[in-house]
Amino acid sequence: MAKVLVVTSGKGGVGKTTSTAALGAALAQMGEKVVVVDFDVGLRNLDLVLGAERRVVFDLINVVQGVAKLSQALIRDKRLENLWLLPASQTRDKDALTDAGVGSIIAELRTRFDWILCDSPAGIERGAMLAMRYADEAIIVTNPEVSSVRDSDRIIGMLDSKTVKAERGERVEKHILITRYDSGRASRGEMLSIDDILDILATPLLGIIPESQDVLRASNVGSPVTLNNAASAPARAYTDAVRRLMGEAVNMTVPIERRGLMNRLLGRRAA
Amino acid sequence: MMNLLRLIGGRTASAPVARERLQILLAHERGLRGQPDLLGLLRTEILAAVSRHIVLDPEKVIVRMERGKHVSTLEVDIEVPHGIETSLAAVAS
Repeated sequence: MAKVLVVTSGKGGVGKTTSTAALGAALAQMGEKVVVVDFDVGLRNLDLVLGAERRVVFDLINVVQGVAKLSQALIRDKRLENLWLLPASQTRDKDALTDAGVGSIIAELRTRFDWILCDSPAGIERGAMLAMRYADEAIIVTNPEVSSVRDSDRIIGMLDSKTVKAERGERVEKHILITRYDSGRASRGEMLSIDDILDILATPLLGIIPESQDVLRASNVGSPVTLNNAASAPARAYTDAVRRLMGEAVNMTVPIERRGLMNRLLGRRAA
Repeated sequence: MMNLLRLIGGRTASAPVARERLQILLAHERGLRGQPDLLGLLRTEILAAVSRHIVLDPEKVIVRMERGKHVSTLEVDIEVPHGIETSLAAVAS
């Protein structure tokens, strides 16, 4: 049965789009049929992170408004045959998305895919609301930083009250994905620890993505980090997270960057 | 504790401060979250109960909640129209 997952956070810039691309690619790499849907109308970026920016013809709003068929708007990844993208509109007004329109698209996607990953816009307005509206599960992307944790708490409240599942009296299964984690700084007490964050948010952990230059390098070239450098620390962390999503019991570790000798001599971090 | 950490680490460990500030803030914000609905519900039910006996202008029923450090108050302000007997009679008939 298809699963609808929303990748959300409240706060902007914490890694929702990067994580959607990496998780979607990792699922596809495991043979699952995946569509990633960009809900950030007006500020679409999932196409860019996936390297499909020049292939966008129709978008989510065209489909909602009946201008294009779903099959015309879906873009198949050139590297992973199981991965598809439904891009957001760059020019239209975000009010063009309707609850009923999104509902019917999600229903149609459910018949075609195993996983539907909805990349939420930042904020708590309409766009973020519609991205989570039909979700079965939610991934809350959180940085070890006070403003991000506060916004995650707010989003958790919304997931428990504004989703279709919540209105039916069911629960949206929630997972925390911690990104940009620096275990060195956390152990020195300079950064909120994993335990601090989980304690405060009272939500189970899906994965810990270490701060890494590989993430930026991957988005620079338009390739999900799990595809661009599968052996890198963040790629291994995303792959572990996906295995947990699929029900596997994977030990929770923070993958460590394999640094060259020069980097180690020059200090912990090159940039 | 903070001073001890400062002595050992040579600088302040700021994460415990972050944790404590978040815990206090979120306890407060989670309390506020359900509030508008609670007040709306209280208002509707109070209005319904009083309207069984007195004809009221729904606009003149104000329910307000204030959270203080030590005491929180629920304030219900209902303006009863002129000639309360008439309105009582109107309800009775």
